[in-house]
Amino acid sequence: MATNGKVTGIIANLVIVEADGPVSQNEICFINLKGVDLMAEVIKVLGVKAYTQVFESTRGLKIGADVKFMGHMLEVTLGPGILSRNYDGLQNDLDKMEGVFLKRGEYTESLNPEAEWEFTPMAKTGEKVEAGSWLGEVIEGWMPHKIMVPFKFEGTYTVKSVNAKGKYKTKDVIAVLTDEKGKDIEVTMMQKWPVKMPIKAYKEKPRPFKIMETGVRTMDTLNPLAEGGTGFVPGPFGCGKTVLQHAVSQQAEADMIIVTACGERANEVVEIFTEFPELDDPRTGRKLMERTTIICNTSNMPVAAREASVYTGMTIAEYYRSMGLKVLLLADSTSRWAQALREMSNRMEELPGPDAFPMDLPAIISNFYARAGFVYLNNGETGSITFLGTVSPAGGNLKEPVTESTKKAARCFYALNQDRADSKRYPAIDPIDSYSKYLEYPEIQEYLKNSISETWVDDVTLAKDILLRGKEASEQINILGDDGVPIDYHERYWKAEVIDFVILQQDAFDSIDKSTPFERQKFMMGQVLDIYRTKFNFATFEEVNPFFKAIINLFKQMNYAEFKSEKFNGYLNQINEKINERKAV
Amino acid sequence: METSAFQKIYTKITQITKATCSLNAQGVGYEEIALVNGRLAQVVKIQGDSVTLQIFSGTEGIPTNAEVVFLGKAPTIKVSDELAGRFFNAYGDPIDGGPAVDGKEVEIGGPSVNPVRRKQPSELIPTGIAGIDLNNTLVTGQKIPFFADPDQPFNQVMAMVALRAKADKIILGGMGLSNDDYLFFKNIFDNAGALDRIISFINTTENPPVERLLVPDMALTTAEYFAHEKHEKVLVLLTDMTLYADALSIVSNRMDQIPSKDSMPGSLYSDLAKIYEKAVQFPEGGSITIIAVTTLSGGDITHAIPDNTGYITEGQLFLRRDTDIGKVIVDPFRSLSRLKQLVIGKQTRKDHPQVMNAAIRLFADAANAKTKLENGFDLNDYDERTLKFAKDYSRELLAIDINIDIDSMLDTGWRLFAEHFNKTELGIKDELVEKYWPKN
Repeated sequence: MATNGKVTGIIANLVIVEADGPVSQNEICFINLKGVDLMAEVIKVLGVKAYTQVFESTRGLKIGADVKFMGHMLEVTLGPGILSRNYDGLQNDLDKMEGVFLKRGEYTESLNPEAEWEFTPMAKTGEKVEAGSWLGEVIEGWMPHKIMVPFKFEGTYTVKSVNAKGKYKTKDVIAVLTDEKGKDIEVTMMQKWPVKMPIKAYKEKPRPFKIMETGVRTMDTLNPLAEGGTGFVPGPFGCGKTVLQHAVSQQAEADMIIVTACGERANEVVEIFTEFPELDDPRTGRKLMERTTIICNTSNMPVAAREASVYTGMTIAEYYRSMGLKVLLLADSTSRWAQALREMSNRMEELPGPDAFPMDLPAIISNFYARAGFVYLNNGETGSITFLGTVSPAGGNLKEPVTESTKKAARCFYALNQDRADSKRYPAIDPIDSYSKYLEYPEIQEYLKNSISETWVDDVTLAKDILLRGKEASEQINILGDDGVPIDYHERYWKAEVIDFVILQQDAFDSIDKSTPFERQKFMMGQVLDIYRTKFNFATFEEVNPFFKAIINLFKQMNYAEFKSEKFNGYLNQINEKINERKAV
Repeated sequence: METSAFQKIYTKITQITKATCSLNAQGVGYEEIALVNGRLAQVVKIQGDSVTLQIFSGTEGIPTNAEVVFLGKAPTIKVSDELAGRFFNAYGDPIDGGPAVDGKEVEIGGPSVNPVRRKQPSELIPTGIAGIDLNNTLVTGQKIPFFADPDQPFNQVMAMVALRAKADKIILGGMGLSNDDYLFFKNIFDNAGALDRIISFINTTENPPVERLLVPDMALTTAEYFAHEKHEKVLVLLTDMTLYADALSIVSNRMDQIPSKDSMPGSLYSDLAKIYEKAVQFPEGGSITIIAVTTLSGGDITHAIPDNTGYITEGQLFLRRDTDIGKVIVDPFRSLSRLKQLVIGKQTRKDHPQVMNAAIRLFADAANAKTKLENGFDLNDYDERTLKFAKDYSRELLAIDINIDIDSMLDTGWRLFAEHFNKTELGIKDELVEKYWPKN
């Protein structure tokens, strides 16, 4: 029999419920407020009292209100029709909600029950299958979407029958499986999965060994993100976190992008809503929205659903990974999620950890990051989730709990630097503080050697050294004065500036410069390293600055020009002329 | 608000703190309002029979046998066209001597707009101030604060922006406003002949601090009425949000909550976001734009209030006194309008983004040159020129007393470039340089 209960206490969105039966941790319940059901999750149990966090405003709620427990945890619905949707943190389809304002207690279906999908069977009668095995395929938009054995199924099953090719709705039975005891079980195209549990229907998770191309030079070239890897971008406000995430979401070489807007500005999500259906995906020529799903819990939406939104995004990513797809999951910002945890912990009067965050914050964050990864599926195919999160450190101070916990969990660190942002050197990723652990992986080094060039890893290391030495030279010049240091210092400083202006800085709003394929990155890297290796003749330090300024200006024009176009080559010739004039013989 | 017959009156208060009181009562709704000896209060916690009320005007003189009446609703305001031109206190009661306003009664702090129903902000708000229009262009539906030290003329600049913005309604939410500033706003709007477009909710320093918590919701619920139902372009001015946040911390402190950074409640981000996210462009044409003031202490933006605000708002504006020209300027380094990308170079001339960036970069070079000079080093020719440029740029474009249109700002920019630099020193696209570089 289902458990029921009555409300006995209300503190903002923490509601205490006295239950008349068994209740489990993280169980979902509905609290009745004047005929409207408010969804809530059990977060603590004390005797017969269940402490629940309500995913909605509790305004007007009274003691004694009826509560129904559902017997399951927070689940998402998985099936064809998720692609290109705009969901809230609990996977309600926002487009199906009526009116301009969100209504409390309005829950909409995440999948369209009326939509018909052209199903092609893949599994054969008599075949042995297990959770995650591909039974058939439908075409979702343009993408082959696998219909799988539900992830909740344990053990092996025998396919008794699979429907013939044809049009079916998500709730139609498309296959019958027989379990080990000989019992027949019907399977539809739709299944449910609790968001806080990772989907583990794969054979193994190797170390990442490929690069996920993003078109952002300072990432791809200096600190590449691996396919199936994890990275995070901490930075003070106004340093371009969001612009960077949008650039990655538009350009990354992935089959599917899931953008989780977690406690951030609504207008930023609106930008995606407005632009993605218009923007072309440079890789497929389709619209960007056709490979994107948005999970949106903006900062004014209920706080508790913020936490749910990142898990909802991750679970959907795992579902698509099980189909053998390359998924990129973006979350902006994980700090808001941590703050939601803090608010609840505070209301439950738990003893606080650092900065009043809950004590288990580091564990929660690393468990979440661990769900990303490259996998070999049971049928030998591969799939991946690459995860890039942003962190909004309080006061821009990276020594705060969320940044520190994330640093332990994520393998790439893209530190946004206030000084770079102030001088409009965008993207403001600090080339010296940032790192990618993947560059140290032998399998990644091997991959870069084979796919870009034999010397690529050495070139990248050299470029980083040049930048560091340039920074040191600039400090020396500032301390000792222009004429207090050898001319060499000026040259060293300006050679680093060339890399900064030509490779690191990138105009996210220019149609050509915003995305640079690897081939072009390799070419430009070659150019700037050639300049580094060239010895120049300068009589006084005053000649250094104008020479490199002119070179940088020409390179910038090159970055704005179509690769290897007449214009592009023209600028290159001009650069070479200038270099030859100054070259030491 | 009056009590009606047959309402249950409670007279036994069990606990009193500086901002809250508790009593035993049944059938009370969360966030419901009540009157405690005639003072407005709101339910903030219910545990079994024990109900905790936050009394907005403070608990001074409240006896344990005070009369408590629950009103069965959240705080409300009556909205109608009659609001225009009127001044109210934090409860929405008139303070200008006029009659009470009649209209549709709506709860304040209502639900948020479904993000998929929002429209992308797209209409430029011209202010004539180049530090804003050129470098930090404002757009309808945007939310942006001034980060300012208390001695800076932020209220004056805000009033100027409001009057030039050509909004259908200007709603002023004053929190902890000094009486002098209140009169300043009243006079300046009156002199501009704009009083009929203005609606004000004022909590001055003479009023109890906790009352301030009602002001933003009053102002924004009114704004929603005009923007959503009347499709008007509404500009909401909120000053000073730091004092609002201080009031939040007072209440959370009295409720024994564990403070997070800078003694602020852990929910500060959500509390502020709920206010600022009311800024919206509605699909039918109306919009709410929020310009706020967050005062800083000693320019410290890492304090929890400006820090959380910065993560919520779409940019921030900094004012600073430029001693080289003896005027207050809009600081081009730290100011930012995140939504400017939606309009610059699209609704304004194509060279706008690049002129803006080049000028700021040169201004940064000038700052470096200045540091060099202060450290006792010789300046090279380029340094000298950037310094001269910076002075002209500051005087002719950044100063807050500028009032020109955007094309003139861009032309001024090109003129200053040509006066001090050659074409290759700008890093601007060649085609734009060819088109706009002054011919003589």
